[in-house]
Amino acid sequence: MALTRAFMQVRPILAALTRHKVSTLLIVLQVALTLAVASNALFIVATRVVHLSRPSGTDESHIFAILNGWKRGQNATQIDANIRADLDALRHLSGVRDAFSSQTYPLENFGVRLAGVKIQADQTTRPPLGVVYLADDHAIDTLGVTLEEGRNFRPEEVTTINPDGAMSAPGIIITRSFADKLFPDGAALGKTVYLAGGHSTIIGVLASLQSPLTTTHTLDGDSVLIPARTSDPDSVVYLVRTESTHMAPVIAAALKSLEPRGGVRITDPHGVVTLPEARERAYATDRSMATLLSVICGLLLLATAGGIVGLSSFWVGQRRTQIGIRRSLGATTGDILRYFHAENFLIVSGGVGLGLVLAVLANIGLMKIYPLQAMPFYVPLIGAASLWVLGQFAVWGPASYAAKVPPVVAIRTA
Amino acid sequence: MWAHYVELALRSSRRSKALTALVVALLAFGVAACMVSYAVFRATTSDPIPARSSRLYAPQIDNAGPAHTFQGQPPNMLSYIDAVALWQAGKAKRQALAYPTKWGVESNNPAIPALSMTGDAVTADFFTMFDVPFRFGNGWAPGDDARHASVVVISQALNERLFGGRNSVGQVLRLDGKAFQVAGVLDDWNPKPRFFDTAVLGAAGAFDDVGDIYIPFTRATDMKKDSKYADCPVDAGAGDATDWDVYLHGECERIAAWVELPTSADVASYREYLHHYAEEQQRLGRFAWPPNIGLHDVTDWMAYLRITPRASSLSMLVSASFLLIVLVNVVGLMLARFMKRAPEIGIRRALGASRASVYRQFLIEGASVGFVGGLVGVALTMLGVWGIGAVFEPNVARLVRIDASLIGFTVLLSIAVTVVSALYPTWRAAQTEPAWQIKINP
Repeated sequence: MALTRAFMQVRPILAALTRHKVSTLLIVLQVALTLAVASNALFIVATRVVHLSRPSGTDESHIFAILNGWKRGQNATQIDANIRADLDALRHLSGVRDAFSSQTYPLENFGVRLAGVKIQADQTTRPPLGVVYLADDHAIDTLGVTLEEGRNFRPEEVTTINPDGAMSAPGIIITRSFADKLFPDGAALGKTVYLAGGHSTIIGVLASLQSPLTTTHTLDGDSVLIPARTSDPDSVVYLVRTESTHMAPVIAAALKSLEPRGGVRITDPHGVVTLPEARERAYATDRSMATLLSVICGLLLLATAGGIVGLSSFWVGQRRTQIGIRRSLGATTGDILRYFHAENFLIVSGGVGLGLVLAVLANIGLMKIYPLQAMPFYVPLIGAASLWVLGQFAVWGPASYAAKVPPVVAIRTA
Repeated sequence: MWAHYVELALRSSRRSKALTALVVALLAFGVAACMVSYAVFRATTSDPIPARSSRLYAPQIDNAGPAHTFQGQPPNMLSYIDAVALWQAGKAKRQALAYPTKWGVESNNPAIPALSMTGDAVTADFFTMFDVPFRFGNGWAPGDDARHASVVVISQALNERLFGGRNSVGQVLRLDGKAFQVAGVLDDWNPKPRFFDTAVLGAAGAFDDVGDIYIPFTRATDMKKDSKYADCPVDAGAGDATDWDVYLHGECERIAAWVELPTSADVASYREYLHHYAEEQQRLGRFAWPPNIGLHDVTDWMAYLRITPRASSLSMLVSASFLLIVLVNVVGLMLARFMKRAPEIGIRRALGASRASVYRQFLIEGASVGFVGGLVGVALTMLGVWGIGAVFEPNVARLVRIDASLIGFTVLLSIAVTVVSALYPTWRAAQTEPAWQIKINP
């Protein structure tokens, strides 16, 4: 009933608005621009937030990494002996659940080695890329990932490898997401694939394990475990899983347990990194972007609301006489309230119409500059709904002020 | 006259406090959002070497071919073959090669544990081309490059650590177990972005501190030091470095090259030279594609590599739109403010004020409001820049600062926005018919 009465007023509202063409147009424009900017910015924020809340698939709160290098003059055999001795020391520490060596750690975005994985030996098309973790039979337990299918590496399968060289291994373990990319029919286990250094069998499939490369949207989940220790003298990474989340004492003990080979060791200035720290670091840019854009968007909406309040108040002031006449002719306070709310709804609707077009155009333009997906249409629609609500709230003050205009004003001022 | 109009503006502001406060707040927030974004943008796009940036150029040669280049653009780095060829051709006034590496550093003092430090393998011209300041000693001579000399230039921080900050020129330290003689110690030098090897490090490393160790490119190559950031035109993206000689003379791109070209004629002839070089390689059968080269000066090169953090350029864009919306908003509010004053304008006009003086009055009123908005905006900008530390990574955040030009720009921007948005309302105000206003407002 109230609604139909509000719609009864559409014609007089439109007639009144034609007398304030410029002011009306300004609010329409403002709502349209706000919708276009805010919906695009908030869409970017949302995709970033989704990006930075992705799980690594590992037991992050219990894992830390020790970065380590070797002095010159150590040959591959000596380096491997050092690593084995270090791992043995680490695994026997109290508070340590398990440990293994790799050339990188989750969320590092460094030391990234890619391996092209071909399905046929003579494949000429570009093969899908997997991101390599050097691993051994302790890797799955240390990372805390789930082996969905197949088996773990056996100790005798673990070799040494120069990560700068061509990757090869008789058997590899890959993630489900990479398995699905290689074999869309879902039967990856036991299949033979071809790495740069030779053929290999997929012996196991992990539920999920984020690659050390978090900055892409396409390779994130495509990890490949290669059973090998690195012979790279520049760096080896020890990953250690602790029993408790309080890692500091275990880290101190771990560093102490590595001291016996201090004479051949080079300490990395970045030393020890816990995975929670690595997560902080990996997503710093995404988080700053999300925060900054959210703050600006919040201010933007406030500015628009402020503009509506300001102009509506002015209109109410200008129309005091008109309101007075309507009131003395029998209009209730409710009628006056509804009039201003309906008017605001009409104006914001005009802005929303224009804004939807601008929002889509802006999205298309932004996609050319930034790596963005197309914005689904419901995003600007949510924005539109928020603006309608915002408009109604903004006009509420001026409208209730207008409704309080006593009928006698009409007689006095005219 | 000015003072009078400003006083009138103040008086009218007092009469409509809420409206004035709204305009000032809108302006302040709009301008502050813009200025904070601009401060970040400025910090991340500032010229790392202003005195020389327009004469330093980064050459590119496509050695990978259409199958392995991104959108047909030549790779950002050069292969060893091409880098050395350009360097030895000596067609520019100066030329430098650089690639970042990591070293195990030891001194003769056994009390100091072995360190892992980063640095660059560079050629002799590197130091003169990039105006690198020295505290002690100097860079090495071109002859040392040719001799593959074991000389090293170290940072002040490393000098502090190994030699207690004394003049260590002539002293010996070991890199990866090999003895090197200190030729010079750098003074404070930390260009942001570290433009000289960003091509190799990529955008993620562009704001890292520069390394501590610089040794001759030729010597580093003898020691088989790789840059670890090689990009190879093979499917896996990484080449096989197990056979060093094959790897070195292969097509893996891993070196940043720079040439100094003082005049635009030099630039044109160098471009010509690069083209001829690529043509020659095509003729020799090494390249199976027509010459595809690039030559960018420092500022262009930074833009080409897209090293500005995406967050900062995007927030700049959003803030600019914010300011536009504020502008539209202020037009509306100024219109309301001036229309309310129709009776006053009518009386002024009737008492003999010209249209021009109405224009003057209202534009000055706009500028005054803008000035106040600007001042509040400066305060908010300071607050925002202070808050940047909580939002941006430390290596970017510490570059963001407020100076006199930023403050001045903030106030000017605010005044400009208000005056522009007051133009239409002022025009409307000046149209007021004196008689009409007097008649209906007894």
